[in-house]
Amino acid sequence: MDLLEPTREAFRLLFTGDAELWRIIFTSLNCSLAALLLIGPPSVALGFLISKVSFPGRRALVVLVQALLSFPTVVVGLAIYMLLSRQGPLGFLKLLFTPGAMIIGYMVIALPVLVVFTLSAVQGADPRVYETARSLGAGKYRAAVTTLFEVRFGVMAALFNGFGRVVSEVGCSIMVGGNIAGFTRNIPTAIALETSKGEFAQGIALGFVLIVLALGVNVALSVLQGEGGMK
Amino acid sequence: MSDPALELKSLTKSFPQRELLRGVDLALVAGGSYVLTGDNGCGKTTLMRIVAGLEAANGGTLRFEGAAIDLGHYPEALRHKLVYVHQQPYLFQTSIAHNIAYGLKMRGVPKRRRELLVREAIAWAGVGHLSNVLPHKLSGGEQQRVALARAKVLNPGLLLLDEPTANLDSDARRQTLALIEALRHENVTVMIATHDREIIAMPHVKRLHLEAGRVNAR
Repeated sequence: MDLLEPTREAFRLLFTGDAELWRIIFTSLNCSLAALLLIGPPSVALGFLISKVSFPGRRALVVLVQALLSFPTVVVGLAIYMLLSRQGPLGFLKLLFTPGAMIIGYMVIALPVLVVFTLSAVQGADPRVYETARSLGAGKYRAAVTTLFEVRFGVMAALFNGFGRVVSEVGCSIMVGGNIAGFTRNIPTAIALETSKGEFAQGIALGFVLIVLALGVNVALSVLQGEGGMK
Repeated sequence: MSDPALELKSLTKSFPQRELLRGVDLALVAGGSYVLTGDNGCGKTTLMRIVAGLEAANGGTLRFEGAAIDLGHYPEALRHKLVYVHQQPYLFQTSIAHNIAYGLKMRGVPKRRRELLVREAIAWAGVGHLSNVLPHKLSGGEQQRVALARAKVLNPGLLLLDEPTANLDSDARRQTLALIEALRHENVTVMIATHDREIIAMPHVKRLHLEAGRVNAR
């Protein structure tokens, strides 16, 4: 198989601003970032609460959230499909095969990543952080925010990992998005489709974008951590 | 004689398999300086943490500046009057100025006033030359001085210092002692849990000894 020509074509598509290619990239970024924006704050708060507050069933909840980390995304897609299908309980929302359905799927997929990473960051935090904040007059909410700020690199890692998981996710996207050109087709579904058609150029170009995104996210995290992350 | 800043009566605290505080009675006069002595593990830190609202007591009463405090529902307003400094203080991973400003911000002190007070506190603690150093890179003594400045700037009704000179080298210890002495001269009511003989021997410091779960004045 000649890889040189498809690769050359891939870069041509990328750098000549191929409208279809960039729409796919935009759909991926748009859905992934929207999902993170919506699920990020409650997930981080949930991770903090599970870490700091004792309640019956806490251990079981931690095990459940950890188990969800390895839950097949296609099954998440199937569950959301059934909920959003015309006969499903949320069928009246008419969200199936729309970016909205993909965003819901991404939220479900990102939630355990965000919760587990936040939980781990807060549990690893020095217990004096919260106490110091309280002793200096901070209320419970403010002391929680201060603690999360102190473990901000862990929280950022949670967000970046969540982004990494949803932006490269294919099973749920196909199930609930339907891979509709110009509407719900995103990077991973487009790669799968184009490759199955033997059209490698677009697949390579989109794969390159995914790799750049993955690297970019890690470089951004490292830069943001700077000296503060290297205690 | 001034009014008591803090009064504790019959304060108890138990842990599974251990009764640590068995009815602590004590009264601290406003503006007074107190040292709390006792063997390791006798409950000095626990007692201070209960007073600071960081730990719950099992029983007893607490009055602060004349007002009865429900130890089961420690009032948030009291956190603006009492400040507890850990044996090894934690400094937030921001700047020294932000650390010192934190409590002022929690009390709603306006920005300009806050900046002025922070500058004064930095000068008081002699840490101005460290303003660009990240807190985790400060020595133990420097961290202790910043923590004292952070507490002192709040002008607390009661300052609780837990072993402020423990684990410090002689220079750092001397500088910390000087700040504690300065606090005493500024009429801050202070209770210091310590084994440091130099603090115990400071003039006009009253000694409270915690033994067998009770406090005795010495």
